[in-house]
Amino acid sequence: MINRFLRITLLLAGLALLFPVAGSAGTPLPVIHEPEGEGVKCVEPEDVIRRNHMKFILHQRDETMHEGIRTSKYSLAECIDCHVQPDENGHIASVDSKEHFCNTCHQYAAVNIDCFECHADRPQKFIERDSKSAELQNELHQMLSAHEDIRGELK
Amino acid sequence: MSDSINHSRRSFLEKSAAIGAITIAPGILLHQVANAKPDDQPVSDSVRWGMLINTNNCEQGCTDCVDACNTENGLVGHNRPRTDTQYIRKVTLRDKMTGHELSLPLMCQHCETAPCVDVCPTGASFKRADGIALVDKHICIGCRYCMMACPYKARSFVHEEIKNQTLSAPRGKGTVESCTMCVHRVDEGQIPACVEACGKGKHDAMLFGDLNDPNSEISKELEKHGGKQIRADLQLNTAVRYQGL
Repeated sequence: MINRFLRITLLLAGLALLFPVAGSAGTPLPVIHEPEGEGVKCVEPEDVIRRNHMKFILHQRDETMHEGIRTSKYSLAECIDCHVQPDENGHIASVDSKEHFCNTCHQYAAVNIDCFECHADRPQKFIERDSKSAELQNELHQMLSAHEDIRGELK
Repeated sequence: MSDSINHSRRSFLEKSAAIGAITIAPGILLHQVANAKPDDQPVSDSVRWGMLINTNNCEQGCTDCVDACNTENGLVGHNRPRTDTQYIRKVTLRDKMTGHELSLPLMCQHCETAPCVDVCPTGASFKRADGIALVDKHICIGCRYCMMACPYKARSFVHEEIKNQTLSAPRGKGTVESCTMCVHRVDEGQIPACVEACGKGKHDAMLFGDLNDPNSEISKELEKHGGKQIRADLQLNTAVRYQGL
């Protein structure tokens, strides 16, 4: 019995020696963008916001939607404004990539959120509007005004 | 001859519109300050937001209000007019006997007794205390009962995945949406984007204000010249009223 136990222990020790780095590498940890600026802090201490951010946001969501309370403390837009910023190359991550502030943790923790199926995932100034529709509208306007000119001439 | 008459009439209209704009501007400013609600306070039923549309000033072919709405709410079409989202659409009415045509913007009428709210199975369609009818897209299951119930065909369903939404107008696939009376602007004491655009274009066909306040510009105008509801027979007490129908 002891013999068998020893044998298994030795085998495990041998395996551990074979793969010495396996334990330390593991899954890559989330990379979190700290808000920039001197003395800029999150609205709550880190451990509180880490555990409860979803509750804060959910509460704020209903108050804003139904009662029109638009304080910025727990608003999703404020999180995004501070934390979603371009990297040193000027590239800003959308929610489709794992570099996005929200995604970096949620992917690590295997959590699926659907906030960004509706909400803006980047600060407004970084969102490029769909220029296609604007172009189409411009064209339509030009056509309409040209049409009016012709009508005017016919009179 | 007819040309000269038209020109002078046009210039008269332009001047009078300009004068109107000048006199309205301080009024709007006052109105904005008076109604700017503190961010942390809930909306109350002491106000009821409404709109008055003067169809006599609404030009056929002008889409200033629609364009402003599309920009403000980030509405992007897919070139499918039957299903593309529209918060406002321009409707042309033609009197068959006289041939007289008039044009008007039609959007959610923010009914007091709203059929969309009545039929919603989840409570996603709701009325805010200040009378604005909204869809809580967090709760909406996309069943589209409200779209069938609405007599004004004011609601749209989002069929496609949406990217690059604006910050203040979240919208997503599988939910119903309609005019929000620019609730995000109203909460900050601004007027809806369509009304602003109509004023900027010197048309002044749209007026926004508090129907509960007898001293508001909209209430005074309604008292003086009246304003009709579309489908008044349904007794929905709409917040959007029309003149010149």
